[in-house]
Amino acid sequence: MTMNKNAKLLENLEWQGVSRRTFLKYCATLASLMALPPSAGRAMAEALAQAKRPSVIWLPFQECTGCTESITRSHSPSIEGMIFDMISLDYQETLMAAAGHQAEEALHKAMQDNMGKYVLIIDGSVATGLDGAYSCIAGRTNLEALREAAQGAAAIIALGSCAAYGGIPKAKPNPTGAVAVSDIIKDKPIVNIPGCPPIPVVITGVLAHYLTFGSLPELDKLGRPKAFYGETIHDRCYRRPFYDQGKFAKSFDDEGARKGWCLFELGCKGPVTYNACASVKWNGGASWPVEAGHGCLGCSEPDFWDAGGFYKALSMPADPLKMTAGAALAGAVAGVAITVANRAKKGAAKAAHETTTLADLEK
Amino acid sequence: MNEMQFLTWVRGPGLDIALSLFVLGVLWRLIEIYSLGRKKDLSAPRHKPGASGWHTIARRSVPPEGMFKTSPVSYVGGYVFHIGLAIIIFLFIPHIKLIESLVGVSWPGLPSQVVDLVTVVTLAAMIVLLADRIMKPTKRYLSGFQDWFTWTLTFLPVLTGWLAVQHLLLPYTTMLALHILTAELLLVFIPFTKLFHAFTVFGSRWFNGAVNGHKGVPV
Ligand code: SF4
Ligand code: SF4
Repeated sequence: MTMNKNAKLLENLEWQGVSRRTFLKYCATLASLMALPPSAGRAMAEALAQAKRPSVIWLPFQECTGCTESITRSHSPSIEGMIFDMISLDYQETLMAAAGHQAEEALHKAMQDNMGKYVLIIDGSVATGLDGAYSCIAGRTNLEALREAAQGAAAIIALGSCAAYGGIPKAKPNPTGAVAVSDIIKDKPIVNIPGCPPIPVVITGVLAHYLTFGSLPELDKLGRPKAFYGETIHDRCYRRPFYDQGKFAKSFDDEGARKGWCLFELGCKGPVTYNACASVKWNGGASWPVEAGHGCLGCSEPDFWDAGGFYKALSMPADPLKMTAGAALAGAVAGVAITVANRAKKGAAKAAHETTTLADLEK
Repeated sequence: MNEMQFLTWVRGPGLDIALSLFVLGVLWRLIEIYSLGRKKDLSAPRHKPGASGWHTIARRSVPPEGMFKTSPVSYVGGYVFHIGLAIIIFLFIPHIKLIESLVGVSWPGLPSQVVDLVTVVTLAAMIVLLADRIMKPTKRYLSGFQDWFTWTLTFLPVLTGWLAVQHLLLPYTTMLALHILTAELLLVFIPFTKLFHAFTVFGSRWFNGAVNGHKGVPV
């Protein structure tokens, strides 16, 4: 027995042993996660149950496959994982069996068959240096492939910090001229799902929203769905009471660290990082980085790699001071120079001073 | 430039520039002022109890008789906001971290809720003082550009810091960057404005006291 390619989503889920009840519950959770009204959960369930598997084309560019790992691996038996199976993933190099020319054919067929309707997922940044020659697939640059694939896309999901903001490839000195998808494509709806890697439920949430309402969810200024990136890690962090009390771990193995105190002094970027880790958590809700004892790196923010070092507290200088010693010297020199000038003036005034004699007064 | 780049700039090159100008200005002004010198006073000092530099330092910290009644707002407001500023600057833990990373010394801080309360009180005191300066004809008459300017320079970092911590008005990242930027502006202007009294206040009090003490006049 094989999965029916044309079956509705719910039928396929049932085929995989997911009951209607579990599915409804999942939709309700998703809706509440996305801060949608309770009625949206039902609407979502109905829409998703009826939805034909949308065609999804996934192109990997300058990336490390961490995003794919995040989505496929951590959730295998969960509904999110299955929903993800339920989309018609027509092209994904890492997951597909086809290779070489076969793969290229699959890509072009998927694009033609679903012209104007498919969802394009990009992970990885786009190299623009040397006309994009730094990153090629099947003899074509990512830049070319992106422009072509974007033309027929209904919407684009820039998955992971590299596709969303350039990520690690864009870190100084950015040898490949890496840029974000949104730097190249200007005329299509793009939703950024940053994170290094992003949280799996965020992408299924965005897909579910798209299938239910036919539109992308509300985005913030940086193109991220507000529902998941509306609050900082620090806002929702369970260590926050320690921050407020001024109880900080000073090293990774001191008493404070063992007691679970705040990691701010160890460089936690939670206060400036908008992501859902603290509420959704990772690995099916098992834990998340700060709970595991390491500060947040700020991975869902643009240029997190160049934000002054992972282990430096946010209030500390991002770079070593370069000019201050020179400035101190210059200040001292200026002070001494003025002193010399002042003394000279005083000396001159003294020299010019004429003593008044009695005779002068009687004149 | 996005918010994170803005923040990284103020934490990096911005801080470097501001601290450099600050250090340059402070050394320049201190050397300039203290090297001015005076002619030696050849008259015999007239000793009188209470007439000395040290006495003046202490005496000028309390209102002279009757003055408190005349301008209570200046005294109470002035004390509250100066002490408030000192607490905020030197006892808020992220500030201590900054000082530690710059000069290597650190000390225990206060819980952030306490600093938060102090900040609100400080802001209120500064606003009251500003209103008083505007409303009292004498004070207004005596005020020049520098007085309004330095008030603004001092007020902004406190306000933006508080807004950042409270997550008000702008996203935290932007507000934090603005906070650091306004603090950097303050640093740059300290040596070149009236704000330099932070460095010279006790020195000049001592000097006035000593000169007058020599003449036998307690001031
Ligand atoms: S560990 Fe990080 S995110 Fe959590 S309270 Fe401390 S600074 Fe904020
Ligand atoms: S805790 Fe911070 S660095 Fe870690 S995954 Fe979440 S957003 Fe990224």
